[in-house]
Amino acid sequence: MSIEMSLQRPRVTSPAQSTRAAKAARRDPRTELRPIRIIITTLAIAFLSIFVVLPLVVVFAEAFAKGVSAYATALIDPEALSAIRLTLLVALVSVATNLVCGLAAAWAIAKFEFPGKTVLITLIDLPFSVSPVISGLVFVLLFGAQGFFGPWLQAHHLQILFAFPGIALATVFVTFPFVARALIPLMQEQGTQEEEAAISLGASGLQTFFRVTLPNIKWGVLYGVLLCNARAMGEFGAVSVVSGHVRGETNTMPLLVEILYNEYQMVASFAIASLLAMLALITLIAKTVLERQLDEEVPRDH
Amino acid sequence: MGLTLTWLSLIVLIPLAGLFVRSTDLSLDQFWGIVTSRRTLNALRVSFGLAFAAACVNLVMGTIVVWALVRYRFPGRRLFDAIVDVPFALPTAVAGVALTSLFAQKGWLGAPLAALGVKVAFTPLGIFVAMIFIGIPFVVRTVQPVLIDLDPEIEEAAASLGAGRWQIVTRVILPSLTPALLTGFALAFARAVGEYGSVIFIAGNLPNVSEIAPLLIVIRLSEYRYADATAIAVVMLVVAFLIILAVNRLQRWTQSRAPLN
Repeated sequence: MSIEMSLQRPRVTSPAQSTRAAKAARRDPRTELRPIRIIITTLAIAFLSIFVVLPLVVVFAEAFAKGVSAYATALIDPEALSAIRLTLLVALVSVATNLVCGLAAAWAIAKFEFPGKTVLITLIDLPFSVSPVISGLVFVLLFGAQGFFGPWLQAHHLQILFAFPGIALATVFVTFPFVARALIPLMQEQGTQEEEAAISLGASGLQTFFRVTLPNIKWGVLYGVLLCNARAMGEFGAVSVVSGHVRGETNTMPLLVEILYNEYQMVASFAIASLLAMLALITLIAKTVLERQLDEEVPRDH
Repeated sequence: MGLTLTWLSLIVLIPLAGLFVRSTDLSLDQFWGIVTSRRTLNALRVSFGLAFAAACVNLVMGTIVVWALVRYRFPGRRLFDAIVDVPFALPTAVAGVALTSLFAQKGWLGAPLAALGVKVAFTPLGIFVAMIFIGIPFVVRTVQPVLIDLDPEIEEAAASLGAGRWQIVTRVILPSLTPALLTGFALAFARAVGEYGSVIFIAGNLPNVSEIAPLLIVIRLSEYRYADATAIAVVMLVVAFLIILAVNRLQRWTQSRAPLN
């Protein structure tokens, strides 16, 4: 509101001007005619309502279609509980791994100059633009029975594919960019002056990292972890390819949503889906709060 | 440093390199045979064609949405601004079942559409709808910061020189937004091409008609036809990589334009 107000310049209208010019002058040159404004706003609201609000509402409507007790029963089903447990575990592993890797990658990219830096940045982004199915496929090619490490794994009785390690690996791959992506611009903006000061004052490398670097980027870290976690819990395509769909063992929550849906167990399927939808909504709220914190941390130059 | 590079290559590089090494197991003829087989071609056509169409819709609707969010004040604006990110945050399987139930013959939107003779769920139209859904945030979020930062004086200068509103929008504002619009378009397109979870529920998955390329990869894998799966994946990967390169170029273009303000 305040921005809009401040942009309006006082206008001088002289009675000598023709009526048409006066009319034009009265109009703010930075906005459209009222009917056009209404049409554009209506189109925007209608589009978002149909494509975003309605699907969200449908999830909860279907989940509670047979009442609260049916909803609760679906959620305490042993299969559902095992899927929830597996999803939480996978998310924990992915967040922990990508927190360490993302911090290291962002630190290397933001604070040092080295050849091949642009290639490295492109590499970090790659899992974002690769189809999740392909992300799963590469692990099948690596660890499957006919894969590169397949025979060796079989000889040592190690199971990666169609088991927890495979699911965790695929999820780590898919969620890899989040932490690094959140931190690179933040760390680049902050530069290396504070670290250099700390080191010249006699701090060790680790001390500098934990006392100077980390506190400066804590909101960025949280932001990356938040998005990484949301994607880890919700990943479907990649996990679907490597999971093997062993009921009660290798089904994550999104996979269980699919299985129950295909069995026409609508309430049960949408009950699990509603948990994931709530996770998405909580993530969005937390994201909005964190973005405000980040804006305060890094005063934007505009 | 060395540690970082090692980690990166372990997590990202080795799996992808594996894919390409694997595809060299095939002779060029075999590769070509797989990629140009009728079913593969049709799946690629469905994925790329509908993703392109959906990205076009998102380009137009995204521009309208971002314009309303940035330039106008209306009740619920902040809420609508926040929900633009829902397709990012909502797990794709959830989006898939929700859209299917919404557009199914007896669904809230499917029923009135069926009365009009339009069938969405289990047809290519359903794939198109799902691809629009997952592409929504891209155009809005790439254009939003650019539109907010646009210098108001440029518009005022144009107006004082006698330009009409339509001229200002099409000749002054839209050209400054073009790099961001194209970036958003490319990102939405790339996402829709590779999308799996939200599409397969609503698609109907009829071979040659409503079967997307990622699903064909999954089917080939379940048939243990790894070579076929790999060949399709390589084609999609190369295209994805080209899109990233284009986006990086576009972003540099955006940045070189920024000093204007």
